[in-house]
Amino acid sequence: MFAAGARGADHAGARREWSPVLASAVLTMPVARVLPPVPKAAVIRLDHVSKVYSRGARPALDDVSVEVERGDFVFLVGSSGSGKSTFLKLILREERPTAGEVHVAGRNLNKLSSWRVPHLRREIGAVFQDFRLLPNKTVFDNVAFALEVIGKKRHHIRSMVPETLELVGLAGKEKRLPHELSGGEQQRVAIARAVVNHPPILLCDEPTGNLDPGTSVGIMRLLDRINRTGTTVLMATHDDEIVDQMRKRVIELRGGELIRDQDRGVYGVEQS
Amino acid sequence: MRLRFILGEVMNGLRRNATMALSVVLVTFVSLTFVGAAVLTQMQVDNLRADWYGRVEVSVFLCPEQSPDIQCATGLATPAQEAAIRDVLENGAVSSLVQKPVYYESRDEAFEKFKEYDADNTYATLTADQMQASFRVKLTDPEQFEVVADAVRGMSGVDVVRDQREIFSGLFSLLNALTVVAAGLAAVMLLAAVLLITTTIRLSAMSRKRETNIMRMVGSSRGLIQLPFMLEGAVAATLGAVMAGAGLWLAVRYVMEDWLRQSVPYVDYIRGSDVLMVAPWLVVAAVALAIVASLATLGRYTRA
Repeated sequence: MFAAGARGADHAGARREWSPVLASAVLTMPVARVLPPVPKAAVIRLDHVSKVYSRGARPALDDVSVEVERGDFVFLVGSSGSGKSTFLKLILREERPTAGEVHVAGRNLNKLSSWRVPHLRREIGAVFQDFRLLPNKTVFDNVAFALEVIGKKRHHIRSMVPETLELVGLAGKEKRLPHELSGGEQQRVAIARAVVNHPPILLCDEPTGNLDPGTSVGIMRLLDRINRTGTTVLMATHDDEIVDQMRKRVIELRGGELIRDQDRGVYGVEQS
Repeated sequence: MRLRFILGEVMNGLRRNATMALSVVLVTFVSLTFVGAAVLTQMQVDNLRADWYGRVEVSVFLCPEQSPDIQCATGLATPAQEAAIRDVLENGAVSSLVQKPVYYESRDEAFEKFKEYDADNTYATLTADQMQASFRVKLTDPEQFEVVADAVRGMSGVDVVRDQREIFSGLFSLLNALTVVAAGLAAVMLLAAVLLITTTIRLSAMSRKRETNIMRMVGSSRGLIQLPFMLEGAVAATLGAVMAGAGLWLAVRYVMEDWLRQSVPYVDYIRGSDVLMVAPWLVVAAVALAIVASLATLGRYTRA
């Protein structure tokens, strides 16, 4: 709580400068709800989950129970070492829980055999702070790569990739290489790659961590637009400005424990 | 799509790691050349054995007039003894192992033959009386020598039974020793090849960590992630095997068939076609080698 508060104070100056931009951006976002409201169902469920990496060490996650429903937009906040990364890794089944059960997209990950893991990951798009693009491939090829390696047909790729690049606002930049793009554009490529296969879940690990505030606004507008098509978005972040402005559900971890789960929340609890 | 992707990745990997790939090619080339040489040497030994053993005879030497040997204390073998021995060979229990008729070489004939060899008269004092008469027996199955020898050995009038195969045993020991040396070198080189393929795959996997991480992240199957690396090793190893096969073929075709056959003509040499029978197995061995090496490595570097 203190860490979060201190962080908020650090950024107070910066926020005054750009928050109007963000506010207006969020307000003017196209509210085109194309899909009828879907019945609510938990797409991610953690049931009394604990994770201990090495015996005797402090648990990275300690008896955490959370449900994320389909179509939710959830911020996962907390200082470094609070367990955010472990939370995401458990959902991606990069790690297995020490205790408790993890359910993702209708699968019990405790019982998921390792050869089924790739099928789980096809249902989860992932975006990271460091973009993770292939430097020697063009924008088009970077996005197409995600479809190629899961065996999609070429004509399918030819139609899906331009459509997705259009969605993220990179139409016309298909032939650029990553180093010819700005940070925000690179992150858009990474987002395009994550959603090109239409996964029901999008995990974002500090997607704006390397971007300046103005660019972050654009990325958040994009994530919001993707969320409005029915994709569940779970975003781990340190960016208090964004959390405070977006007013979405906030899950806060501290020392591996879930200390807050709040609808339309803000970054630091004392500010609410 | 997948095939194109895999082949593209394999080519990329080989190009990026060109020197390592080349070293894998060369090491498998040398090691499989030794393996092939060992196999071909054994084929040559078998060839020679079949060829020469078919020609060689068992000689049943009959007692001469004055012999220091105890079994010839009664002196020169009598015609009756000779007839008894011939009867055992041609009509006895071992007759089915013996090619008939059994050739009898008299003392005079032996002396004539001996004089042909002794052209410069080193042994001029030797006379026909000092020679031994003998039965020259060709066997239907050269391996059954002991059975035939036992049947006549100990009969009165028989001095010694000699198997001409003994003459070749030295040569065969030498060829067998060469096979062992080639096989030993092959084993060491194969170990080197496995280690080198392991290292190559590891380097390749590390240099493509970014790709494989993305592939894992977007849900690519483990097989598709690992296959390009395995194929990379297999392609390099296969190339080495093909070179080994080609090298062995050239050696057999031009050294053994063309040159050795003309300078030492009385030997049945292996042919280029024999190499063509061995070569596919070298390729199989190379691929197996690469697969073993990759399985040992990849699990750790491209985890799911």
